[in-house]
Amino acid sequence: MSARRVRRRLVSALMTGVVGALSLLAVLALVLILGHLAVKGATSLDWSFFTRNPVPVGESGGGVANAIVGTAIIVGLASLIGLPVGIGAGLYLAEFGSGRLGWIVRFVADVLNGTPSIVVGIFAWTWLVKPMGHFSALAGSVALAVLMVPMLARTTEEMVRLVPHSLREAALALGYPRWRTSLRIVARTALAGIVTGCLVGVARIAGETAPLLFTALGNLNFTTDLMQPMQALSLQIYQYATGPFEEWHRLAWAAAIVLMGLVLLLGVAARWAIRQRHGAAR
Amino acid sequence: MTVLPLERLAAPDPRRQVLRGVNAGERAYRGILTVLAVLLPLLLVALVSELVASAWPAIRRFGLPFLWTSVWDPVAGVFGAAPMIFGTLASSLIALLLAVPLALGVAIFLTEFAPAWLRQPVAFLVELLAAIPSVVYGLWGIFVLIPFLRAYVVPPLRAALGWTPFFDGVFYGNSLLAGGMILAIMIVPYIAAVSREVLLAVPPSQREAAFGMGATRWEAVWTAVVPYGRAGLIGAVILGLGRALGETMAVTMLIGNRHDIGLSVLQPAYTMAAAIANEFSEATTDLYLSALFEVGLVLFVITVVVNAAARLLIWRVARGTAVGSRAL
Repeated sequence: MSARRVRRRLVSALMTGVVGALSLLAVLALVLILGHLAVKGATSLDWSFFTRNPVPVGESGGGVANAIVGTAIIVGLASLIGLPVGIGAGLYLAEFGSGRLGWIVRFVADVLNGTPSIVVGIFAWTWLVKPMGHFSALAGSVALAVLMVPMLARTTEEMVRLVPHSLREAALALGYPRWRTSLRIVARTALAGIVTGCLVGVARIAGETAPLLFTALGNLNFTTDLMQPMQALSLQIYQYATGPFEEWHRLAWAAAIVLMGLVLLLGVAARWAIRQRHGAAR
Repeated sequence: MTVLPLERLAAPDPRRQVLRGVNAGERAYRGILTVLAVLLPLLLVALVSELVASAWPAIRRFGLPFLWTSVWDPVAGVFGAAPMIFGTLASSLIALLLAVPLALGVAIFLTEFAPAWLRQPVAFLVELLAAIPSVVYGLWGIFVLIPFLRAYVVPPLRAALGWTPFFDGVFYGNSLLAGGMILAIMIVPYIAAVSREVLLAVPPSQREAAFGMGATRWEAVWTAVVPYGRAGLIGAVILGLGRALGETMAVTMLIGNRHDIGLSVLQPAYTMAAAIANEFSEATTDLYLSALFEVGLVLFVITVVVNAAARLLIWRVARGTAVGSRAL
């Protein structure tokens, strides 16, 4: 072999090693973050963390029961608002979206998808908080729903488009009306994919903080009143992590592992849902 | 010959009745979906008009110089967004410098070099980075990344490059460097996922042709595959940039939040998103609030332009297919 050929092979081997090492580095970042979270979070968790509300500075103990319930309520209400709109818009794009309106909706969905969440937050403030005169969980839910809808519309569209044309044609040939074909045959076949999209969407908004800063605001007390400021896990982490007290930092790690666990759980459920579909199809 | 009774002739054709029922259902279905879909453009119109209306007092008061004035004095009622615009661009630039090689390396490794059994798990783990909430990145940055930088990264950096203006001054912890690094980790999964799909969309004949001419594996990748997907890869990078520009919580917690324009990455800085997050609830005067809305409007316009550019580039590579849409 000529020296030149050896050199070329060496370069190839070297670059293989480099891109492999870069991949390792990316995975290492994940392992480090999740590792710290697991260690610092798990050692900070105890039972009262889940059952008690925050205690005044200086006292130790206390929990974030109000934030856990708050996240559930805010995210639940956001899903209630966002899921029907997002799925409906996605169905529209897949079924009737070939015209000019379809193009506009698709473009707008992509623009909204790239909008910084803090901008959505101040928008929700002008829209709901300012006219009502006070912060509220409802405003937070609306802000999160605004973030969720465009993403959901695009994933729903993509999932519905994956359904083979032959299925649709078979239903139409049997005299099934178009709209029932769309709902009972096409959307149902794509159901696993749509559910996955929903779970991913819920997981994403569950971890959002910026849109809640000026809408749900946070609350030291336990509340289930939608018209009142409400605490959320993400807000709690922000307040505790940037605060000066050791005890707060401990609680921030504990809240972070709970929030991360919630997000991962939704993610695992999403993977499971998509696998169901592949399992049934083959 | 039978004579049809008149009543039967006058009665509506049963087949037509069925069709009418169908059409009603069809119309209702289409109508409901259209209303839901039209909500999106309405939402965008509402968002833009609310932002412009709220920012209007500041726009009228300060005009275009708002963008390059660096005084931010709420007491005197004088506002200029230059330090935040600078900080947003600088932190995103640092993030890109770190994230692009990393993400492209991951994408190339996963599509061209990794053994088949390794591809799915590694792709999954890298994508998992996108699932971590921003505020958790911020927490990790405060208590793990900054101490690490202080102990192991900044001293050698300053020893080697301390004479340049970029690594000048005392390291406070919260800094442009810390903010940029956390942004880099956060945008890697997006750039990697889209780049990977772009590389997967490159036809195998590109590789085969290169191999046929005697290229090594790396040469095939670097001379035949990557140039073919160049527009899409640039699109992926710009998409990552769009993410970095609008990212709020992690940066707010790490960048130091100081209204200053400095070249040193060891010094605190500010971003547009962080300024809104920090000062919005403290804005006591209408003009102050309006100035923050104008900052939000500027941020919105910048991210829209950046995202539109990214999408055009990605569409050019894979027209019709939904490359990258999963990562969005």
